[in-house]
Amino acid sequence: MTEFLAAAIRIATPLLLAALGGILSERAGVFAVGLEGMMLAGAFAATIGAWAGGSAAAGIGLALAGGAVIGLAVAVVAVRWRADNMVTGLAANILALGLTSYLLRVAAGGGGRPASIHLPLLGPWPIPVLADLPVVGKLLFAQPPLTYLALLGCVAFTLFLGRTQAGLALCATGENPEAAFAAGADPLRVRMLAVIACGAVAGLGGAVLSLQQVGTFTDGMTGGRGYLALASLIVGRWTPFGAAAACLVFGAAEAFELRLQTFGVPVSSYIVQMAPYLIALAVLAVLGRSARLPAAIGRPLEQ
Amino acid sequence: MPDATVASPLLEMRGIVRSFGAVRANDGIDLDVQAGRILGLLGENGSGKSTLMKVLFGMLPPDAGSIVFRGRPLAGHRPAAAMAAGIAMIHQHFMLIDAMTVVDNVMLGWPEAGRVLRRAAMAARVREASRRFGLDLDPDAPVASLPLGRRQRVEILKAILRDAQLLILDEPTSNLAPSEVAGLLAILRRLRAEGRGIVFITHKMPEVLEVCDEVVVLRAGRVAGRTPVAGASPQQLAEMMVGRSVAAAPAPAAQAPGAVRLSVQGLTAPGLSGVTFALCGGEILGVAGVDGNGQIELAETLAGLRRARGGRITLDGRDITHASAAARVAAGLAYMPADRAHTALVRSMSVAENLMLRDSARPPYARGALLSPAGRRGRARTLMGEYDIRAAGPDTPAGRLSGGNQQKIVVARELDRRPAVLVAHQATWGLDPGATRFVLDRMLALRDGGAAVLYISSELEEVLAIGDRIAVLADGGFAGVVARAAADLPQIGLWMAGRAA
Ligand SMILES: Nc1ncnc2c1ncn2[C@@H]1O[C@H](COP(=O)(O)OP(=O)(O)OP(=O)(O)O)[C@@H](O)[C@H]1O
Ligand SMILES: [Mg+2]
Repeated sequence: MTEFLAAAIRIATPLLLAALGGILSERAGVFAVGLEGMMLAGAFAATIGAWAGGSAAAGIGLALAGGAVIGLAVAVVAVRWRADNMVTGLAANILALGLTSYLLRVAAGGGGRPASIHLPLLGPWPIPVLADLPVVGKLLFAQPPLTYLALLGCVAFTLFLGRTQAGLALCATGENPEAAFAAGADPLRVRMLAVIACGAVAGLGGAVLSLQQVGTFTDGMTGGRGYLALASLIVGRWTPFGAAAACLVFGAAEAFELRLQTFGVPVSSYIVQMAPYLIALAVLAVLGRSARLPAAIGRPLEQ
Repeated sequence: MPDATVASPLLEMRGIVRSFGAVRANDGIDLDVQAGRILGLLGENGSGKSTLMKVLFGMLPPDAGSIVFRGRPLAGHRPAAAMAAGIAMIHQHFMLIDAMTVVDNVMLGWPEAGRVLRRAAMAARVREASRRFGLDLDPDAPVASLPLGRRQRVEILKAILRDAQLLILDEPTSNLAPSEVAGLLAILRRLRAEGRGIVFITHKMPEVLEVCDEVVVLRAGRVAGRTPVAGASPQQLAEMMVGRSVAAAPAPAAQAPGAVRLSVQGLTAPGLSGVTFALCGGEILGVAGVDGNGQIELAETLAGLRRARGGRITLDGRDITHASAAARVAAGLAYMPADRAHTALVRSMSVAENLMLRDSARPPYARGALLSPAGRRGRARTLMGEYDIRAAGPDTPAGRLSGGNQQKIVVARELDRRPAVLVAHQATWGLDPGATRFVLDRMLALRDGGAAVLYISSELEEVLAIGDRIAVLADGGFAGVVARAAADLPQIGLWMAGRAA
C-alpha cells in the first residue's frame, strides 16, 4: 500500500508543478494549453544544464529558463499580439517538441543521432526525525527535493493568490481586465509576467522528470503530461490545493494501471491509460456550473 | 458660497481633444475645478462627458491638450498615476470584479491595503465607513450577488476610502433610490467642506440645483456654456444642455382601459412573495419602490428569465407561466432589462445586430432562412434616426456608444416591435432630459395604441408622471396600488419605507 501511494506521489509531482504554473496563466486570463511544451523545454534544459554545469542546481536553473522561454513566446504571441490562446498554445507545444529533439542532436555534435546523457538521479532528502515516523515518515518526509518544492509551491501560490496585492491584481486581470486597469493594474504586464512565470514553473515540472525520475532526456518525454496537468488544474478549480488533490488522483490512477500490468490483469493498457482523462471528464461533469472559468479567459485585451 | 476668485485651481484641463474615428468626442475642452467646490458636468447623451473624465483619469490618452493637477502636469498617465496623484473616479459602467467580494474590490490597487493584504483590517474599515456613510455593505459579500444599487454603493465606498483630493462621479445616482441619492449628496457636501474638489455628472436637474456650485455644459464635444448654479432655474439648465426649450412632461390623459392583457396571480419565486395584478390594454402600471425589493425578480420572472415557483401569468388569455423567454417574445411580450451591460445588450456586437436580436428571424432582418445584412443595416439606420442613437454607424460595436446611447438601442428595439405587453425596467437609465421625455412620449403612444405597459423604476417622479396606476413594490410584494389621481405621496412613502429592506 505504501508503495502504491509512493508511486502516486511520484507520478503526481511533475503534474503538480506544471498545474501550478498553469494556474498563474489561467487566473490571469490566458489558457494554459502550452503547458506540455513548457514542461518539455524544462525537461530538456534541465538535462543540458545538469550535464554541462555538472550539478543538479544548474539543471534546475536552466529548466526555469527553458520553460520561461516558451512562456515568453506564448506571452508575446497570445498576449501582446492578441492571437488565439488555443492555437498559440498548441503551436508552442509542437515548437518545443521539434526544438528539443533538434537541440538534443546538436548537443551530440550535429550528427543525426541524439546525445545520450545519463545523469545521477536526485535522491531523497530525508527530513530528520520526521522521516523516522512510521508509514508517513517514508511516504512524506523522505522525498527528493523537487517534490518538497512542489508542496511548498502549493502553499506559496495559495498565499500569493489570496493574500497579496499582486495576486489580487492577477486574478482581477483574468476576471475583468478593464476594471483591473481602472483600479491601477497594468493588464498587459500582468498577463505577460503570468505566462512567463507559468513557463518557468512548468519547466520545473519537466525537470522533475529528467532529473529526479528518469535521469536523461528523450524525445517527447513528457508524453501528454502537460495536458493532464491542464485537466488537473481545471478539476482543482484553479486553486493550488485543489489541483494537488486532482494530481494525486491522476497519479493514483496511473499507479493502479502499473499495478494491473505487473499482475498481468487482462485489461488493455490503452483503456487504463484513458482512466485519468475519464476521471477528469466525470469530475467536470459533476462540478458542472460551479467549475467557473475566470470570466475573461481567452479574451484578448482591448488596445 | 466661496467665490471663484480664490487661488489657482485644483485642476486645469486645457484644449482637450479626443477623437474616435470620425467622431470628435472632445473637441478642445477647457475645464477648471476648484478645491472645495462641486462642479456639475452636464450635456446630452454622447456629448463627451465620460470621454473627458476618462482622459483625466488616464483611461484614454488625449489626442491633444494638457492637464495640470495640483500644480503638476499630468501627461501620458494611467489610472495608477492618476490615483497616486489624488484622483478617484466612479465610472458610469461599474468597474468591479463580480467574482470577488466587496472588500477584495476595495483593496484592489489600493496601496494602503498593503502588498501583503491586510484583509481583516480592511474589512473592518469597510464596515466602519459603510456604517458612517449609511451605505450598509457587507465586506464579505460577493459583488455578483448584489443588486445594481448596492454595486453602486461599492463604487462610492471605494472612492471615498481612497481619500482623494479630486473625486469624479460619472452618473452615480442612476442606480440609487431617492433616499440613497440624498445620502450621497450629503457625503458630497461633507467632502466639499473638507476642501475636496468634485466633478459630478448627472442628468437630473434637482440634484444639480441641490449640490453643485457651478455647471459646465458640453454639447457635441465642446463647452456650450458655464454658469454658477445660484440663481439658475432647472428650465434654464435644461435649455443650455439641449440647445432648445424642453417643456414639462404633459400629464397623460387617462382613458378608459381596454381588456386585460397581462394578468399575474399569486406569483411567487425566490424574492417574490405572491404578486397579483391585472394590466389592461391602454394602461400603464407604474411600479415604484426601493431597488432590491423584488424589482429584478418580478421583471425577469415575467420575461421568462427566472422560473416561477408558484402562481400564474397569462398574456392575452394565454397561460405563459412556464413558457420560454422566446415563446413570450413571440406572444408579444417586450422586455427592457435594467442591466444594460449584461442582459440588455451584447456589447461586442454592432448596433445593427443588437437592434435585430429579438426579431432576427423576421423581415426586414431575414429573407427566408438567411439573414439580410442590407435589410438589417437599413432598418438600423431608420431606427438610429428615429431614436437619435448617436454612433459612427450601424456597424459600430454597441459597447463603444455613450451610456445613454446604449440605452436608446434597447428602447428602440423593444418599442419598435409594437408589443402587446411591455415590461420596462429602468427604461430611462442614463438618458438626458430630452431623451427621457422622448421615451416617455413613445411609451404613452404605445399605450394609446392599446398596449399594456409595466413601468418599473426607482425614479418615483417618473413613475408618478407616466403611470395610470401606481404600485409600490416592497419586500417582494405589492404594498399597495392606487390610481394616480388618488395617489398621495406620504402614503406611497410609507409603503416604500414600511416594508422596505
Ligand atoms: N471607445 C469608443 N469608441 C468609439 N467611440 C466612442 C468610444 N467612447 C465614446 N465614443 C463616442 O464618443 C462620443 C462621446 O461619448 P461619451 O461616452 O463621452 O458621452 P457622454 O457625454 O458620457 O454621454 P452619456 O450621457 O450618454 O453617458 C459618443 O459619440 C460615443 O459614441
Ligand atoms: Mg457617459
